[in-house]
Amino acid sequence: MAYEDGDPPLSLHLLRPISESPLRLDPLSRSFPSAAHRRASSTSHPSHDIHLPTPAVRHGSRAESERLASSQPELADADARLVFVGDPGRTDPHLQLAGNAIRTAKYSPLTFLPRNLFEQFHRVAYIYFLVIAVLNQLPQLAVFGRGASVLPLAFVLLVTAVKDAYEDWRRHRSDRIENNRVASVVDPRDGQFRPKRWKDVRVGEVLKVFADETNPCDMVLLATSDPTGVAYVQTINLDGESNLKTRYANHETTSRPIGDAHPFAAGLICCEQPNRNIYGFLANMEIDGKRVSLGPSNIILRGCELKNTAWAIGVAVYAGSETKVMLNSTGAPSKRSRLETHMNRETLLLSAVLITLCSVVSICNGIWLGKHRNDLELSQFFRKRDYSDSDKNYNYYGIGMQVFFTFLMSVIVFQIMIPISLYISMELVRLGQAYFMIRDTNLYDESSNSKFQCRALNINEDLGQIKYVFSDKTGTLTENKMEFQCASIRGRDYGSGKVPLQDNGGTHSVLAGDQIWKPKMSVKTDPELVALLQSRVETEQGNQAREFFLALACCNTIVPLIVETTDQKQKLIDYQGESPDEQALVFAAASYGFVLIERTSGHIVVDVLGVRQRYDVLGLHEFDSDRKRMSVIIGCADKTVKLYVKGADISMFGVIHKTIDLDIIRATETSLIAYSSLGLRTLVVGMRKLSRNDFEEWRSAYENASTLLIGRGRLLRAVSSNVERDLQILGASGIEDKLQQGVPEAIESMRQAGIKVWVLTGDKQETAISIGFSCKLLTSEMTQIVINSNSRESCKKSLQDAVAMSSKLAAISLDSENILRGTGSSRIALALVIDGNSLVYILRTELEEELFKVATVCDVVLCCRVAPLQKAGIVALMKNRTDNMTLAIGDGANDVSMIQMADVGIGISGQEGRQAVMASDFSMGQFRFLVPLLLVHGHWNYQRMAYMILYNFYRNAVFVFILFWYVLYTAYSLTTAISEWSSVLYSVIYTALPTIIVGTLDKDLSRRTLIKYPQLYRAGQRDERYNLKFFILTMMDSIWQSLAIFYIPYLAYRHSVVDGSSLGDLWTLAVVILVNIHLAMDVFRWNWITHASIWGCIVATVISVIIIDSIWMLPGYWAIFHIMETGLFWLSESRIFHLSLACQPSKGLDRMVQTHNPITLSDGVLLWSCFW
Amino acid sequence: MNSSSGSAAGPSSGSGDESAPRRNSKRPKYSKFTQQELPACKPILTPKWVISVFTLVGVIFVPIGIAALMASNSVVEIVDRYDTECIPANMIADKVAYIQNDTINKICTRNLTVPKDMDQPIYVYYQLDNFYQNHRRYVKSRNDAQLKDADKANKTSGCDPEKTTKDGSPIVPCGLIAWSLFNDTYNFTLGNQNLSVNKNGISWKSDRDHKFGKDVYPKNFQNGTLRGGANLDPNKSLNEQENLIVWMRTAALPTFRKLYGKIHQDLKANDTIMVTLENNYNTYSFNGKKKLVLSTSSWLGGKNDFLGIAYVTIGGLCFFLATAFTVVYLVKPRKLGDPSYLSWNRNPLGH
Repeated sequence: MAYEDGDPPLSLHLLRPISESPLRLDPLSRSFPSAAHRRASSTSHPSHDIHLPTPAVRHGSRAESERLASSQPELADADARLVFVGDPGRTDPHLQLAGNAIRTAKYSPLTFLPRNLFEQFHRVAYIYFLVIAVLNQLPQLAVFGRGASVLPLAFVLLVTAVKDAYEDWRRHRSDRIENNRVASVVDPRDGQFRPKRWKDVRVGEVLKVFADETNPCDMVLLATSDPTGVAYVQTINLDGESNLKTRYANHETTSRPIGDAHPFAAGLICCEQPNRNIYGFLANMEIDGKRVSLGPSNIILRGCELKNTAWAIGVAVYAGSETKVMLNSTGAPSKRSRLETHMNRETLLLSAVLITLCSVVSICNGIWLGKHRNDLELSQFFRKRDYSDSDKNYNYYGIGMQVFFTFLMSVIVFQIMIPISLYISMELVRLGQAYFMIRDTNLYDESSNSKFQCRALNINEDLGQIKYVFSDKTGTLTENKMEFQCASIRGRDYGSGKVPLQDNGGTHSVLAGDQIWKPKMSVKTDPELVALLQSRVETEQGNQAREFFLALACCNTIVPLIVETTDQKQKLIDYQGESPDEQALVFAAASYGFVLIERTSGHIVVDVLGVRQRYDVLGLHEFDSDRKRMSVIIGCADKTVKLYVKGADISMFGVIHKTIDLDIIRATETSLIAYSSLGLRTLVVGMRKLSRNDFEEWRSAYENASTLLIGRGRLLRAVSSNVERDLQILGASGIEDKLQQGVPEAIESMRQAGIKVWVLTGDKQETAISIGFSCKLLTSEMTQIVINSNSRESCKKSLQDAVAMSSKLAAISLDSENILRGTGSSRIALALVIDGNSLVYILRTELEEELFKVATVCDVVLCCRVAPLQKAGIVALMKNRTDNMTLAIGDGANDVSMIQMADVGIGISGQEGRQAVMASDFSMGQFRFLVPLLLVHGHWNYQRMAYMILYNFYRNAVFVFILFWYVLYTAYSLTTAISEWSSVLYSVIYTALPTIIVGTLDKDLSRRTLIKYPQLYRAGQRDERYNLKFFILTMMDSIWQSLAIFYIPYLAYRHSVVDGSSLGDLWTLAVVILVNIHLAMDVFRWNWITHASIWGCIVATVISVIIIDSIWMLPGYWAIFHIMETGLFWLSESRIFHLSLACQPSKGLDRMVQTHNPITLSDGVLLWSCFW
Repeated sequence: MNSSSGSAAGPSSGSGDESAPRRNSKRPKYSKFTQQELPACKPILTPKWVISVFTLVGVIFVPIGIAALMASNSVVEIVDRYDTECIPANMIADKVAYIQNDTINKICTRNLTVPKDMDQPIYVYYQLDNFYQNHRRYVKSRNDAQLKDADKANKTSGCDPEKTTKDGSPIVPCGLIAWSLFNDTYNFTLGNQNLSVNKNGISWKSDRDHKFGKDVYPKNFQNGTLRGGANLDPNKSLNEQENLIVWMRTAALPTFRKLYGKIHQDLKANDTIMVTLENNYNTYSFNGKKKLVLSTSSWLGGKNDFLGIAYVTIGGLCFFLATAFTVVYLVKPRKLGDPSYLSWNRNPLGH
């Protein structure tokens, strides 16, 4: 919903457009010369999810595809790129198009310095640093020496620059390797293929790619080793999907003889300008005076690997930086964590404090100057006038200017009030946290061999504050390993539990010569149905069953692959396809004796109960989310033409011939309801015999539609809708999608942790509810509110009813609670079930508010039949209206928008490609990992980061306040007793490391405790570890501690001979020891690293101070040794040390508060320190 | 860093999936460190612990405090403010004119009575009040290179506004600090006997050896329009002029003492010391005070009750807290880690 204006976000281009179907006519089709036939382009248009919207939508909803279509420029001549095949010179006479050399490196040696500095100064913090350093260079304001003021900034810039330079050097190296790879390119002079380096490949050149080679640029396929022009590619480098995709060479070009000097020279390709949509391509080719259209299935993108194809020849259309993969290479989305947002708010408060301090100093300075106006000339310590220079005033510009300068100088002196180093520490701590999350063996998934991945590094701590989890169902709660369970054929139910199923997998193997081919997986079969299929008796039921399984075997886009086994005689048939549903159906058909053996461009071969049959594929209508079904037109050996359709029940019942077989339809509907209440995914299969006329009519319409360049998708949909009507119902199938391991337990844990789990699924309501029950999301005690409306008015009414009902129930439970106070929860749990149809009328209208009200009082919300954008809309509904943090978890492309919308997006790296992972902030293998991720790592991350931020505020504030108290005794002239080098090193060497170590390693509670008591998670949801109250307490604490540190030495050394540098050293050591001890007292668990860092830091400070005092140039020369000789020094130090141990009021207060009011402060602390 | 690791992870993860047989597990290696299970100790503040820590602190602190108080009490200190007393009555209206007039004799005599026996060495300090030796204009106005090295006499950067003479020749030592060198002098007599004041060894050895050069002699010093303070002997090198070295260790606070010298002679109670002093230094222009201080010393330094009192107070407080906690512990004991105190157990609805 956030994307409604302007361009869609780039990542959405990754979704697949459904609308533009590639197609081609093949007049040479043998069995039906007149029939047009078209190849399935299964790859880019998965039709696997037939029953809408679940899986189907997984690859783009209607709304998305339309948006994508509209965002895609129409192929107007002005914008088009003309590519003369085989003639790069004519294609690109002025060398204006990008060459194929790529450059991912950001800098060259010349541009490194300016560009890198420019990029680094994008951070506000650095600009603050820089402004302060520049101010300090003005002679009137020079507070610190030049070196001391510039050093920290220079150090940070240098470290970052070195890091950037190293990374860029690595990129340079990989670019060089990439650019110097060799491709085989046609030499235009003699038409022979010659090796050429990748970087020299130009648009328009003809290339040849061999099996297992990587494609150097985006090229339109012209011919392949397959006579029909099929090529298989793996796009793992593009979108991470490892299954094979089919690409086709256009027939006009495949038929040309290879070895001709200029085989394709006559061609002219007119294609769209380079864009980043990797699933769309719009072009046409003029060849031999004919104009044919090209689609995404005709192009192989750079980075794809050619598989199962000996070679492929193509013409480069986009090269180098204009290839789709390069246009898409952007980093993970950047989000900002809630803690950081809050921290920025507090940083503003700190700036206010800073400005207050500076104002106080400058105003006091003005008053002091005013009072001593007449003394300034003679006071030895001021001496306004410079007598050597014609009696001018020296560095004195009148009280007004002095006040102004004092203000600026005090900003310089008190600059570390804004803890700049905190930003760097936070990055380091997050890096450490990410390291621990990635390395956690509990987040490693054995089955998919995937470990946890942190794709976004700056929202680790958000994991500890999640209130709402929005989960996809398929592939997230469930395994997305589909298994065919039962079928209803001609109204009769098979396999849903009445008869025990037989595991006779492997009985249906196919003989091919002397070899046995077996399907890779077998499905348990219903003996009754097997008997029916195999019986020689011609019954209506038997015929229908055979048609049903034939439909399952051929109405899909599955590619069978023959896999070798160790046994020479035996081979396995593996079904490759993108939809697990289709795979399950084809495997089921195979187990029942309908084994799909071969699928080529124009025909399929199915082993029907032992007899090998060839069917011509005359047409195929891809699945799309408008129609929610797919269909295939098959020409049988007996010259009949049949249309098989499978699809979601709603869409199918709309196109089924209702007048005949009414009772079958009823019976099927009953079975469907039964299946979905078992949690099965259902599909309805239908067929229609096409007459000659029907077919011809369809063919001409189809040909017309498919030559169009503009609006092709829409017209094709119309054509398919036109033919998919008056179907005869064959039956329905039920596919089980197993629940992932540990899901119910995980949901229960999250419920206890106060996390509300919402399930957003494309499945049917019944399926969704039954899954809800099986994963313990829904329980029988819950009151369900079902909203299932088809119009605005009814939606409004049901929402209002729901609001009324929920408030009534709330009142009842409140009453009963009053009566039964303290005897456990008597609240009536509510569950809201709402479907996508109703959401259409609710989202983005004023009804949203009502839905929000209902949803917030409900414990569980289940949204079924929702489209991807609706998912994002629901997430946005909660995200925008509450302060609570949202997390979306999903595995498919249909979850991408929701993952990007939520505060934290998690991708499941599972069965369904990697688009969700690519769009996510974190990815992992299983849903149940959410529990350790949120309850353990999230809790730790949040607690650590919150503590570190507060501690950094405290640490710097203490230091600044000490400087401030001292300034009050220097006639407000901003002298610092603490040497300038110590000021600079304070947040770098003296105190930096322990906070980073503690922020990375400390654990307030053990993993075991956190898992055992999920309630502990609520601390994060309620911002208990970091809030304004804590911030103010911290600031008061730091004021108190700074007072103590300042005044104990002050009172002890008052009226003595002590000099500024010595006292400064005393204060330096005191403050460093104090803040480190303060940190030490807050450490929960001490391991050797913590010990080493804290004590090491104190030792390092002493050493640094000694080194600084050994430089004779500085005024503090040898001061540390002299002050250490006095007894007062040790007494003051130990006094401060003791103070930090025993007398920290905040600590005492904490303990007191925890004793008497444990609810307000973290419960976790209580678990171990229950006394004070 | 993020981007590089991200892109590196992408392709490698892909290649792992692609060939099933040689698929190498990406299971993270187990180590105590990566699983965040390093052996650690977890200090728990049990009642016994807290009570014994408080008691221990009390036991240690009270004696320290008493010792500090005794040390402070043993110090005998005589403080005499003389800047107001040493002005002739007719000049009280215009003290600055008095002090600036070189023709007026500034000698002044003070009688001090020794309250208690004072053992040698007796330190002689002058104390200035309200003199901001830590003023930014002032502390920066020096050049350490010039002080150390005779060749760097021209290095006067930072010395403004007392850098050069009017004709541009450098002042050695330059800067406001040296220029404003304290120039009151004290002579002590006990009865008829002259008490000699040893002015050697009053400065830091490190300063004499490393900060002030052996071969650096004052040049063009105190020649300007306005006289800031004492003059220096142009024939003595800077490292021998200890009063300058002491003065140039600028004080931390606007009220400060500086060592003038040491008297190596015991004084008896009720002795009367006559001090003949030259009241030269101008503190009248900024309402400063001048005090002469005679003091013995202890292991703790000078007279200062603060730390002693602080230690005794805190020690006492610790004893009190220890007792209070013991009472609470005995009267109302509470089980350590009692889950019934957890918020969700106290309040079944959560929040």
